[in-house]
Amino acid sequence: MPDPVAVIASATPDPIARKVRGLSDRAIAWLFVAPTIFLLLAINIFPLIWTVRLSFTNYRANRPNEEVEWVGLRNYIRILTDDGIWANMQTTAHFLFWTLFFQVLLGFTLAWLINRKFKGNDLLTTLIVLPMMLSPAVVGNFWTFLYQPQIGLVNYMVELLTGTPASSFSMLGAGGYAKWSIIIVDTWMWTPFVMLICLAGLRSIPDYIYEAAEIDRASKWRQFWTITIPMVLPFLMLAVLFRGIENFKMFDMVVLLTGGGPGNETLLASIDLKREAFEKWRTGYSSAYAIILFVTVFGLASIYVKALNKVKER
Amino acid sequence: MTAYSITEPTPRSKLIAGLLVVLYTIVTLLPLVWIISTGFKSGPDSISYPPKVLFEPSLEGYVNLFTTRTRVAAEEFQNLPPAETWYDEIVRDSGMVIAGPSRFGERFLNSVIIGFGSTFLSIFLGTLAAYAFSRFKVPLKDDLLFFILSTRMMPPIAVAIPIYLMYRELGLSDTHLGMILLYTAVNISLAVWLLKGFIDEIPREYEEAALIDGYTRFQAFRKVVLPQAATGIASTAIFCLIFAWNEYAFAVLLTSGTAQTAPPFIPTIIGVGGQDWPAVAAGATIFLLPVMIFTILLRKHLLRGITFGAVRK
Repeated sequence: MPDPVAVIASATPDPIARKVRGLSDRAIAWLFVAPTIFLLLAINIFPLIWTVRLSFTNYRANRPNEEVEWVGLRNYIRILTDDGIWANMQTTAHFLFWTLFFQVLLGFTLAWLINRKFKGNDLLTTLIVLPMMLSPAVVGNFWTFLYQPQIGLVNYMVELLTGTPASSFSMLGAGGYAKWSIIIVDTWMWTPFVMLICLAGLRSIPDYIYEAAEIDRASKWRQFWTITIPMVLPFLMLAVLFRGIENFKMFDMVVLLTGGGPGNETLLASIDLKREAFEKWRTGYSSAYAIILFVTVFGLASIYVKALNKVKER
Repeated sequence: MTAYSITEPTPRSKLIAGLLVVLYTIVTLLPLVWIISTGFKSGPDSISYPPKVLFEPSLEGYVNLFTTRTRVAAEEFQNLPPAETWYDEIVRDSGMVIAGPSRFGERFLNSVIIGFGSTFLSIFLGTLAAYAFSRFKVPLKDDLLFFILSTRMMPPIAVAIPIYLMYRELGLSDTHLGMILLYTAVNISLAVWLLKGFIDEIPREYEEAALIDGYTRFQAFRKVVLPQAATGIASTAIFCLIFAWNEYAFAVLLTSGTAQTAPPFIPTIIGVGGQDWPAVAAGATIFLLPVMIFTILLRKHLLRGITFGAVRK
């Protein structure tokens, strides 16, 4: 059916038509989208292009009057051949792998348990998700208190449960625990995220599939591996994508927990980048560093999304 | 006996699942309970070993959070007029006098101004863009939407370098406006994606009916779509607010005084010989509590918010 307003509008001359209908849809579309795009161009894309430019120079932000030299790819070559940076990348990879591992394991298990729909599961779900909404910086700062070697709650709990004296080890100090301490806090904070997404996945599986499997006398174990896991997998992969990107960028929580220490044990790439950029003020060099990180996360995410789409299609 | 579905878990498996989840909840809430309770401990109680579960509640942490204190010489202390207020008295008990208010109030206020300012702006711009993406043929729509999302993948420090330089040129460093614009730019991707989802769910027929009744597009948007999308807009706003509230990396790099928010400030609360843990805990409690309340209010839309609208229940 033709839109009566449009019929009238098309029959009237242009200026009058505008009075009848207001602005054209096309004009409104542009008017509505433009401010957002403009803001993103100004505060995201323009800075990104600037970073690319800076990455080919030896500019230092704390010496604005010094002459800036073009150094070509020197910054990139120096970064990619620097053993220290490869060590940071390994630290980041270690953090990424184990946080994702524990969060997927715990998050899925919790979702699977909550999906038994026992009484009060709604309330418990709401309580469990609290940590992930809190400020990572404040959380990181407070966990340093829980991790205090003499007085902290964590060491006390360990003494209580295993008998190891609380003052004999330090979660954030020397001794190799710091790497795992940051993983514990991140897992504490973000397991609920994976849990919520898995729960949505589990709830999306219609009952009749299980009913059909029961009728076919498939064992519970078999149902779990051939129905539950494949149906939840796309959800789980989505959760891993989100957490992966976030943890690759991880800065605030870890910087307050360990500051990258002891030594360089927990020096994640983004913490190292902050030191180079805002403590050593090697602006050109750290711009190249930033670009390398961005390309890495963007590249990995794109490959991953392709894999995710394949899983979804199945 | 009531018949129930064969897929319904047995009562016994429900019980075991319930108990395990309760156990996890207790363990996971313990650190939060510890933060809140430490805020009400006296200095010595907060660092005693073994950690004190039962203690005499004290408001010392909260008083320390909001004041700066100085130690005075013993004779001078004797000659002071009696303490006038309850908080004066708490400070005197530790042999000090109040020198003035601390900076926590200002920092908290900055968090409120920047949080609400950027939320308002993101929602305003985000709603317009989301409506356009939802209803009109925008050229390169999918590319634009992906572009908007991809801005979220950049490590904050990577963006912070040029923004630091840009703001220095423009005089926006350490200003409320600068932080509001920055947080808006970060939040807008979330706002557009979430709001587009919410607006997609409103049937187009409502607006078409309004258009036939003689409304302009603009009026239809204002009087039909906006009221329908109100819940969606409200929950998106809370997500934007929580992000801006919690943000640390930009705040610590781009602000130092006037516009500094609470997250970079709380870790710097120092007492005699190290961090003043009851005061830090008090600050953390005041700062985290609003977020906890919002989370409980938001629980229905939580999943949608954290996945940029990719998962809807």
